[in-house]
Amino acid sequence: MNFLSLAAPAANGEAAGGASFPPFDPWHFPSQLFWLAILFGILYLALSRFILPKLGGVIENREDTIADSLDEAARLNEQSKEAKQQQDLALAEARGKARDTADKAREKVEAEIAAETAKVDADLGERLAEAEARIQTLRTNAMSNVEQIATSATQAMLGRLGVTVTEADARQAVARNTQQEG
Amino acid sequence: MNLSFHQMADPMSQFEVKKLFELQIGGIDLSFTNAAFYMLLGVSLIIVFFGLAASRGKLIPSRSQSIAEIGYGFVANMVRSTAGEEGLKFFPFVFTLFFFVFFANMIGMVPYAFTTTSHIVVTGALALLVISIVIIYGLYKNGLKFFKLFAPSGAPFFIYLILVPIEVISFIARPVTLALRLFANMLAGHIMLKLFATFAAQLFAAALAGTALLGVVGVLAFAMGIAINALELLVAGLQAYIFAILTCVYLNDALHPSH
Repeated sequence: MNFLSLAAPAANGEAAGGASFPPFDPWHFPSQLFWLAILFGILYLALSRFILPKLGGVIENREDTIADSLDEAARLNEQSKEAKQQQDLALAEARGKARDTADKAREKVEAEIAAETAKVDADLGERLAEAEARIQTLRTNAMSNVEQIATSATQAMLGRLGVTVTEADARQAVARNTQQEG
Repeated sequence: MNLSFHQMADPMSQFEVKKLFELQIGGIDLSFTNAAFYMLLGVSLIIVFFGLAASRGKLIPSRSQSIAEIGYGFVANMVRSTAGEEGLKFFPFVFTLFFFVFFANMIGMVPYAFTTTSHIVVTGALALLVISIVIIYGLYKNGLKFFKLFAPSGAPFFIYLILVPIEVISFIARPVTLALRLFANMLAGHIMLKLFATFAAQLFAAALAGTALLGVVGVLAFAMGIAINALELLVAGLQAYIFAILTCVYLNDALHPSH
């Protein structure tokens, strides 16, 4: 069968060495070592001189940048905290001031109101007293007028009846009668 | 058809090194081969990928830059956690090693691609490079105190008679195991992949030729091939990681030999 040919010896087509185990075939040892030395050397030089320092620098640069950014962030955070504290302080102060101002204003207004009230009260009392006095005088005037009118009316009425009385008598009679009633 | 069938049937053909350009220097054959080509491909991909990420270098990274930076952080953490802060002077080396092996392994997972790390010469050379750096740097930095590595302090004298040879042998075994582990994993994994894939293909061919029952087995083999593919993808990443972290562990010994 076909797959049994696996076990068949290696093809003998190529004449190069003809060894059955190529890794131990010594003809290519010098060439392998030569190219390995050159290529490994080039790779080592390229990496150690140019590529790795640059790559390491890039990584370090990034780490520095991150560290710097973190520092900056911490600093800004501190700053904002401070600013907030200051703002709170200013706010409290302003609030206190506002309360003071309001209190002062209230006191002032209250004082003004009290003064105005007092003034108005005084004015009112004065005018009341004045009015009362006037009423009093008007009343007494009126009363004297009433007596006068009653006296003259009595005189007139008696005169119609044909009795002549002096004014003094008439007044006396009127005073008698009004006092009896009052 | 017949030729490709033969190539398919041989699981070792994928490891064959073929010359692309002839190159002879002083009588030594240094030809540019398919192995060298895939090595060049991996190196180019690494340079382009990380080079682009580094040259753009945006503060807010793009997706690929993010991946490159994750790779950077991953290796840096690996070095720091196993070899300490002093180990970071070897960071470029470990980074190069890790991504060289990682890209080689991953490129190897692409069908028809060549796996450079499936050759013992390559893994052996890398392992020797690691251990040479460990020994040279260890001696340079610690002088003779470096040999305290083989004699941990605090043991009674007669214990040292056994302990020191064991430590020496285990130290010598390090580059060997480092090289063999990667090499064997890549080699065995790719042989398995190839075997199951060709097995499935041949079973399907047999089923089409008339033996319908073999098709069922073929489906099983195909499913197995997919499963092994997933496993090999994991192994490809894991072996690169193991190679790199063991390098870090060995470098740590060079940096701090007296544990």
